[in-house]
Amino acid sequence: MFKDLFSKKRKYATIPSERTQPTKMNDGVMTKCPTCKTIMYSRELKKHDYVCTKCDHHFRLTARDRINSVIDVGSFEELDVSLMSGNPLDFPDYEEKLASDQQKTGLNEAIITGRGQIDGLPVVIGVMDPRFRMASMGTVVGEKIKRAIETALKDQVPFIMFSASGGARMQEGVLSLMQMAKTSVALQRLDEEKLPFISIMTHPTTGGVSASFASLGDYNFAEPAALIGFAGRRIIEQTIREDLPEDFQTAEFLLEHGQLDKVIHRSEMKSTLTTILKMHQASHQRGGELSS
Amino acid sequence: MTHKLPFEKPVVELQNKIDELKNFTQDKDINLEEEIAHLEGRLQQVESQIYDNLKPWERVQIARHAERPTTLDYIEHLFTDFIELHGDRYYGDDDAIVGGIAFYKGQPVTVIGHQRGRNTKENIQRNFGMPHPEGYRKALRLMHQANKFNRPIITLIDTKGAFPGKAAEERGQSEAIARNLLEMASFTVPSIGIVIGEGGSGGALALGVVNRMFMLENSTYSVISPEGAAAILWKDATQAQRAAETMKITAPDLYELGVIEGVIREVRGGAHHNVKQQAEYIDSVLQQQMDELTQLSKEEIRNQRYEKFSKIGM
Repeated sequence: MFKDLFSKKRKYATIPSERTQPTKMNDGVMTKCPTCKTIMYSRELKKHDYVCTKCDHHFRLTARDRINSVIDVGSFEELDVSLMSGNPLDFPDYEEKLASDQQKTGLNEAIITGRGQIDGLPVVIGVMDPRFRMASMGTVVGEKIKRAIETALKDQVPFIMFSASGGARMQEGVLSLMQMAKTSVALQRLDEEKLPFISIMTHPTTGGVSASFASLGDYNFAEPAALIGFAGRRIIEQTIREDLPEDFQTAEFLLEHGQLDKVIHRSEMKSTLTTILKMHQASHQRGGELSS
Repeated sequence: MTHKLPFEKPVVELQNKIDELKNFTQDKDINLEEEIAHLEGRLQQVESQIYDNLKPWERVQIARHAERPTTLDYIEHLFTDFIELHGDRYYGDDDAIVGGIAFYKGQPVTVIGHQRGRNTKENIQRNFGMPHPEGYRKALRLMHQANKFNRPIITLIDTKGAFPGKAAEERGQSEAIARNLLEMASFTVPSIGIVIGEGGSGGALALGVVNRMFMLENSTYSVISPEGAAAILWKDATQAQRAAETMKITAPDLYELGVIEGVIREVRGGAHHNVKQQAEYIDSVLQQQMDELTQLSKEEIRNQRYEKFSKIGM
């Protein structure tokens, strides 16, 4: 048909490209905002924690930058640094992909976990890094989260998780799926001990990660405009055959539908976390006094 | 006669030939017994060649067979006095998941499973066995009830996945699944899961955080459908067959990966050839597991489950 020439056919599900591409923030003197197209000094952008000074677009943070932005200087002690993925299914090309991402990011896997302090208050924190295999969750990501939760249990401190992930890692098949269970089962112990879990979903938090630990916070927060959802937009459009609203699966959309406690601007992240941690510390002490 | 799958063609052809000859001898009064016996022997060979060496993609086809027994079929054969309980108490009742209380050999249990339709009309009503959040929340409600009244939980897993739709996202599909994973870990009653057809990703796992997980021989359990994996990995959904092999999604694969406790044998050619016989195979495994698990203390039940998931993949 003649008119077919003008319609772009969607053959299969694809992952949105521009926004999910890791933004190279440290290269070059100038950086262009993908939302408002303003060009600004990279140094200036860094000073604002990688938030566009014009339109508030939240650039993606590397895991290291995120830790620097919320954890007190000099207080971070990384856990399980050397844990590395194997290739349990003998999946073709998987080792090469891991090696190339390791080289590109300087990380062994898609998550950094560790002990640290926020305004002097001790926490265990996990931060995912979307530059590494879209921070998909395989056995090592799941294991590091589980061990971090167990460390929080041992230290009797709150657990904080900054999620950013495309979901389960396909190259590890059903073992990746089981990490959803592994992390959630560990969180159940934390829940039982009444230790707080603060989950912050950043762009993007989807699939198996949103359908496990990321949604299980005592507090579920998100950064502005972060994409958060279970199924991909294209899949849903193809399934229900209708166009979805522009803001579908954004943090604001989730807030409106009762799925989030609050959307927090990056500039207020540390202070908000500090306040919550102080409240928990205060009630914890009070609880101790009451029972003693 | 059951609907045949493409790889069963040699069996069908031979069977037709035998039937033809049998009819012929009846009509014409000619003795062809020797030929028939020979062909029947050949049929045995061909059947065992095909059915005893099923390839992953063939298992996928059996797992998806339109006549494959569903949760309600097995409930009928395995339990007595089943009373279906409905609704999540927040939003609605999702027909893609059925659940209720029943007796298993005199022991009260809670049974929950995904429910596909057995024809088009029923499939529409049951959304092809793909649940919305209210389905998972109903399941969780029934499991809490089981835990409260000290009833073992049995889950039957059979779904392509949680439904990918607008309403499902709005009502928190992610949270509903995640919540089940966490809460199922807390129960002090024994839980046993059986994948009876397709175990599609998080939508299947949401009924799968159990003490013991089994799979029927020709069922699958995977992080993504073979078609989905092919589309993402090779940008070509027609490579599903290759994906089915690479992704290791069959019951024997999962047993080897240490994800499940055992494989339940199937009627030759697939459960749909004889539901009653299949239910008996399930029954013997179920009984043994129930006997073992009901010996454990509440603490042991919970710890066993935690340890098991804690170790997967490491």
